Amino acid sequence: MQFLYRAAIDLESPKQNARRASDAQNFTRVVRTWTLALCSHQPGVQMSKRETRRRNTINASGHTPVSRRKLLKGAAALGAAAGAGVIGAPTIWAQEIKDIELRHIGVSYSVVKAVGDQAAKDLGFKVSMQNLDTSAAITRFVTQPESVDIPDLEGWQTKVAVARGILQGIEVKRIKEFDNILPIFTKGEYEGKKVSRQGISPYEAMYVESKESTKIVEGVHDWMTFLPQVYNADSMGYRPDLIGRKITEWKELFNPEFKGKAAILDVPNIGIMDAALALESRGDVTYNNKGNMSRAEIDKTIDALIALKKQGHFRATWTTFDQSVELMAAGEITIQSMWSPAVAAVRVKGIPCVYAPVNAKGGKEGYRGWCNGMGLARHLTGKKLDAAYEYLNWYYSGWQGAFVARYGYYSPVPKTAAKFMTGNEYGYWYDGKPATEEIKDPYGVIMEKPGAVRDGGSIVDRFTNISCWNTVMDENQYMSKRWNEFKSA
Amino acid sequence: MSARARVVLQVLPLTAVLLAFFVVPILFVLAVSFFHYDDFGVVPAFSFENYADVLSEHLTLDLYLSTVRFAAIVWFFTLLIGFWVAYFLVFHVRNQLVAIGLFLVCTVPFWTSNIIRMISWLPLLGKEGLINRLLINMHLINRPLEFLLFSDFAVVVCYVHLFTIFMIVPLFNSMSRIDRALFEAAMDAGMSRLQTVLFVVVPLVKSGIVLGSIFVITLVMGDFYVVKVMSGGGHASVVSAMFDDISVLLFPHAAANAVFLIIIVLMMVGLILRAVDVRKELVDQR
Repeated sequence: MQFLYRAAIDLESPKQNARRASDAQNFTRVVRTWTLALCSHQPGVQMSKRETRRRNTINASGHTPVSRRKLLKGAAALGAAAGAGVIGAPTIWAQEIKDIELRHIGVSYSVVKAVGDQAAKDLGFKVSMQNLDTSAAITRFVTQPESVDIPDLEGWQTKVAVARGILQGIEVKRIKEFDNILPIFTKGEYEGKKVSRQGISPYEAMYVESKESTKIVEGVHDWMTFLPQVYNADSMGYRPDLIGRKITEWKELFNPEFKGKAAILDVPNIGIMDAALALESRGDVTYNNKGNMSRAEIDKTIDALIALKKQGHFRATWTTFDQSVELMAAGEITIQSMWSPAVAAVRVKGIPCVYAPVNAKGGKEGYRGWCNGMGLARHLTGKKLDAAYEYLNWYYSGWQGAFVARYGYYSPVPKTAAKFMTGNEYGYWYDGKPATEEIKDPYGVIMEKPGAVRDGGSIVDRFTNISCWNTVMDENQYMSKRWNEFKSA
Repeated sequence: MSARARVVLQVLPLTAVLLAFFVVPILFVLAVSFFHYDDFGVVPAFSFENYADVLSEHLTLDLYLSTVRFAAIVWFFTLLIGFWVAYFLVFHVRNQLVAIGLFLVCTVPFWTSNIIRMISWLPLLGKEGLINRLLINMHLINRPLEFLLFSDFAVVVCYVHLFTIFMIVPLFNSMSRIDRALFEAAMDAGMSRLQTVLFVVVPLVKSGIVLGSIFVITLVMGDFYVVKVMSGGGHASVVSAMFDDISVLLFPHAAANAVFLIIIVLMMVGLILRAVDVRKELVDQR
């Protein structure tokens, strides 16, 4: 391949020679990025396995992982030191828990091996993290509920799981930091404002009346369905160098200016909401609830998508994190619906990419929010259940919050996460302040230089501007069918 | 041990494997395809509503048309290329050892996975890919050719690349059995080279063509990943629609779709086998 490439550039005129080096670099980059792009052939939404493996070899602080033996030895000490420290030390006797193994299963961006390893180290029992794509995960929870202890769920999956009776309620009293959970989740409000209820907001799926209940109820109760652990607000990513102006409105995704250079997310439930945000922004359609459309609304949205596709508006669609990164990095597209860490991943490659701040204005715009949380499988009892509560509480003790913050996600309890972050980090990730020193990702790779400001501003800016939440609609089957019509048009 | 018992014993392992890993799962899919479902669960039932849905949807027709179209185009190109590759290997390479060596070379790319072979097209065909850069640097074009990637073209190129070997192998096999004396006879009878190929070789390798066609067509009909990636998500296929169903737990609908696909593919294979009696051909040639 390199040989052919040399042949190709040797045909250039001599004065272009200077360009060669950068061309060669570019080309190598394109080859490399594309190759990495699809190494994870899981069709669902996730990072490539290679990437995940690379990341998992080092833990957040850059220390080498602790050996199993050392870990078990430490467990006894930890048990003795119960109650001390900020790591949510176990209150059950280390000897009894060391044989316990919790299986935490879910999507790769939420169930992270490095986090599980740290939890095991701090808590003294085994935690095995298993990644499946969204659909494989919910299928497993529903069809083999015994094979999972901590199912990792999105709001809509929680609704399904509760109705199927595979979860047990989480007792609010046993969650130490419950009072410090942001009210987005516990009360459905933030900074004194009601958080959008379009789609399935985490609050909407949050409570049941008893441990055994299979019915989600409105209002605050003593039993939770799932414990939020990581969340973010999605928007679009674009190439400022190729577009040359600021993008702050969803309608730009469908702007004819970007014909043949736009891409949209091809996960029907989420992709259609991105399309709806764009159509709403353009003033074409007003939705009653973008997260739960009527058939007429679905028709209008899909018809618009089909028309755009026929005009050649979409260069591609994407389904995995890496695909979105590579489409952008390889110059195939200049604007697309995108996730915040994916935008960061493009920038780490040295290619300018901006996460569009789409704050609500005039009843339009806003982010599409999502949240993953942990459920307790119904079959958990006794010591294993106690261990599961320890595990849940550990997530709110700060280490995990700091870890996910470093790739752009948030903890429901920022207060404890702050203890594990430097002032610079917390200022950059949570408060939207300019970085005072270099910003590094959880694995120590430098992401931003001093002075950089996070796109989209502070957490308050983002989460007071949520337009809708990831969802599954009542007319889901009809929507899925129409989405496939768009795909085959 | 009686002859009959021996036959039963010989057949038993394969039968057991097929029963456990093929027949039972298919029966399960068949059963689910008659179930009811609502937002939160699948309810055992016996209803034809899923089939009614599948058969009444315009989408089904679109998906099948698009998938069958790909199957036809890919079948044509794999047959064309596969036939001449096999022909060259069998009749033009004199040394049998070299022929077998070259045949093995054909299989080298298959030591890697399908996925690797597929994604290796991406840096070649992309906007900033090798081919576009070559053409631009040769001043043949000013702007990148966009049809190269994320298009029907890309899908077909990739399928042909992935599946030609499945045409080569049975053709190579059939051709190897042709008695070389037939060529002399054809020449003596005054046939041209092309006539020999058309009237001697093609009729004798019919079974190879049929087997290869079955491989290629069923592979294309059952694929969804190549279409998804190489078309840049611009195309759906029969199976990708099923995948979308499953991702939101619409199992009965997906199951009905799957059963329908099995019926369609069986019918296609039946038609092909009707055209050529493979069993008879194979026996006759011995």
